[in-house]
Amino acid sequence: MLFLIILILSFASGFFLPWWVVAIAAFSAAFFIGKTPGQAFWSGFLAVFIVWMVLALFKSIPNDHILATRVAQLFQLPGWGYLLLITGIIGGLVSGFAALSGLLLKRAFEK
Amino acid sequence: MKFIKAFLSIAFTLILIWALQRKFGPVPPLGNFLSPADGFWQNAESKNILPTTHLMLPELTGRVTIKYDENRIPHIFAENEHDLYYAQGYVTATERLWQMDIQTRQAAGRLAEVVGPMALETDRYHRRMGMVYGAEKTLKAMMQEPAVRQMILAYTDGINAYIHRLHPRQYPIEFKMLDYAPEEWKPINCAFLLKLMSETLAGGSNEFAMTNILRRFGAKTTNDLFPDYPMHEDPIIPVGTKWDFKPLPIPHPSASFLGQMNDSVKRAIKEEGIGSNNWAVSGSKTANGYPILANDPHLDLTFPSIWYQIQLSAPSVNVYGVSLPGAPCVILGFNNNISWGITNVDADVLDWYQVKFKDNKKDEYWYNNQWNKTNRRVEVINIRGQEPLYDTVIYTHHGPVVYEDKTKKAAGSHDFVPVGDALRWIAHDESDELMTMYILNRGKNYADYRKALTYFNAPASNFVFASKDNDIAITPNGKYPLKYKDQGKYILDGTDPADDWHGWIPFDQNPTVKNPPRGFVSSANQSSTDPTYPYYINWSFAPYERGKRINDRLTAMQKATVDSMRILQTDTYSIRAQDILPTMLKYVDASKLNQDQLAALNMIKTWDKDFTVNSTGATILGTWWAQLYKMIWSDDFADKSLQNNYPSVDRTEQLLLKEPNSKWFDDIRTPAKETCADIVNQSFKAAVDDLSKKYGKPGKGWRWGLVKKMEIRHLTGQEAFSSGNFESGGTGSTVNALTGGHGPSWRMVVQMGPTVQGYGILPGGESGNPGSFFYDDMLKTWQKGELKELLFLQSTDEMSDRIKTTLTIGSK
Repeated sequence: MLFLIILILSFASGFFLPWWVVAIAAFSAAFFIGKTPGQAFWSGFLAVFIVWMVLALFKSIPNDHILATRVAQLFQLPGWGYLLLITGIIGGLVSGFAALSGLLLKRAFEK
Repeated sequence: MKFIKAFLSIAFTLILIWALQRKFGPVPPLGNFLSPADGFWQNAESKNILPTTHLMLPELTGRVTIKYDENRIPHIFAENEHDLYYAQGYVTATERLWQMDIQTRQAAGRLAEVVGPMALETDRYHRRMGMVYGAEKTLKAMMQEPAVRQMILAYTDGINAYIHRLHPRQYPIEFKMLDYAPEEWKPINCAFLLKLMSETLAGGSNEFAMTNILRRFGAKTTNDLFPDYPMHEDPIIPVGTKWDFKPLPIPHPSASFLGQMNDSVKRAIKEEGIGSNNWAVSGSKTANGYPILANDPHLDLTFPSIWYQIQLSAPSVNVYGVSLPGAPCVILGFNNNISWGITNVDADVLDWYQVKFKDNKKDEYWYNNQWNKTNRRVEVINIRGQEPLYDTVIYTHHGPVVYEDKTKKAAGSHDFVPVGDALRWIAHDESDELMTMYILNRGKNYADYRKALTYFNAPASNFVFASKDNDIAITPNGKYPLKYKDQGKYILDGTDPADDWHGWIPFDQNPTVKNPPRGFVSSANQSSTDPTYPYYINWSFAPYERGKRINDRLTAMQKATVDSMRILQTDTYSIRAQDILPTMLKYVDASKLNQDQLAALNMIKTWDKDFTVNSTGATILGTWWAQLYKMIWSDDFADKSLQNNYPSVDRTEQLLLKEPNSKWFDDIRTPAKETCADIVNQSFKAAVDDLSKKYGKPGKGWRWGLVKKMEIRHLTGQEAFSSGNFESGGTGSTVNALTGGHGPSWRMVVQMGPTVQGYGILPGGESGNPGSFFYDDMLKTWQKGELKELLFLQSTDEMSDRIKTTLTIGSK
């Protein structure tokens, strides 16, 4: 459930709000419905990991990945796939830690 | 405990987000750069382009239709001139905004503002040499001419209309990489661009080195080694052309004065290959009876391309060609009646004056037998991550004192700039080059061409011309200072009015020729005229080889077609090899060569003197000649103050061909007395040994295309956005002057006639976005030496299946 909510929120905000909004989404979702730290982190991580890669592919596939290939070379990566993965991981980490923070804050207020 | 855990987790998350929004060294802020919402992914352009789109821009007064062809070249149709230049600004910005921004910053000395202290010296130099001072004056002149003023304001508004619509996620990728935002375009930026062209083409000098050479070797030797007219020449204005004017009296030379300079310096090497070709052939020599014009300006090749192709059409004008991103109009191109092209003259329009200050305060300087007040100009240089630098520049009536003492001249700055000297440079003067372009864009005939040229000051350019009326012409044109002969070959005396520029060569006395009997006109940066021209333009020009080859070919040509011109533009036959190789070979003593050297000797003996991609002879001659040239001069010119400013290639050839007993062949560092034969043999062996070491035994590995480096680099220098090294024929002294990163930045051939037909190709593409399909889509065609037929539409209704997208813009 938490995974789905973060997924939907980050997908919806994806193209028109600044990228760090995913952190707020993950944080508040986990604050309200998060269960355990592990569940919160991985739900947050996976949701944005997937959303960022899908959104990036939306742009990159009609481009035949020409830009992604060039930028991968810029970062000295062997191919655009690596760049896509790093994109997902960075988004995932931000969201995962934000979700974890949301949950831990909720725990702190719970008796 | 729970609170601490929560606090730590929140803190870590915030730090992570903060770190991902921050630029570390050259690494862009990773969160911003990689996120699909804001980052580079947004710059990936889709291959699916809508066939028609509409846009609303309230500042337009009428309706604009822009048709994009298969290379995304815009064909703009507007109902009036305001809208035309407005749309040109808008469209250029959509493809080239970052290029426009960074080039303006470079010219204006504002790079450090975005890239930090590493660009500070570049900025200081541009400020101190008076780029801003010159641009401000030029802007003033441009704004006084109503047509140009209206054009620049509309163009500026068009660019800004685009910038205002941009969301940060749509910024060109370079802004995201360097982490800064585009700023409003200002009319002065158009002036900065023109100054940058002047700097590229007429901003270097070797007066400092020449002065040191004069002091070291004396006048007789210096005049012998650095003559005012070369042995080999084929001037732009054909020999024998009559000067039908009464020249002004030539000023008298001043009591000569040598600057007192002895700083240690390196040389600002004048690269061979920065130059250009253009020519026009009269109808009497063409297949269809109308003139053909060709132009290929050689510059530092870059991504994005220097030029932006465009068609501009309004009721008063319909013109096609290439524009400079950041300036309105077509700069090189054609319309239904005329076509024109440009190469660099390399006039002596930059001089240094030794200043005598009264004291260390430098408030006064000695001139015309009295103390005169200096002016001061404070340049504020903003530096990213640091406090701004306030740099004060002293001005005399000549211009800025670029470095008034050694403390002002930082390590790594330009070595050709002498310390304690004021700079007099044509680019400091008011000028209105855009008026030239405005008139040419609408030009109907020869008279319009002549009128247009009167507005052009700098960088002085060889304007070639051809018209439907069967006129051809060429004019090495610009605002030339009136000087005594060789005034400015050496550093001048800033105290003596006799060394000032003495006014100007009247425009109508600039060298020019119309419809010469030989049936063609041409230029390739060689001497503008033979020595009978009464005025001094410069004492040295580019070597004559490209010009000679072009003239040889055009002389032989009958029933010329567009393809004859294309073949000539990509010609790689070496006149230099033709001139010197037989003599060089004559001296080689085969009995003293080892096996590799013999093999190489056979290769070069059977070589056809053509610098083709697969030629090994080209590699041997190129390396051999470089060795020979160095061996002759490096001993005599070892002193650092001479800045490796060796005598010209032409003078060295003269030594080889006509003065084999000259003392200059002797290597003064060895006890033996070397002769011409010794040096030729030594240099041959050294060249072959060097090649064997680098490329193996003489053979296929020595192919010219493999040995010569050629790459088109992105302006950031990032390999990922560059072309990568590719094989190509040609060299600096062949017509197809591909060498290092230089070469034909635009090739154009225009067949005049009842219906004009243009052909052209850019070494890149229309788009500046590495994420666009149009970033380098023309590169392959350019590499193959082919041209594309240019789509020149006569009206917005004209149909063509090459049109892929139509954009309409209205105020509603």
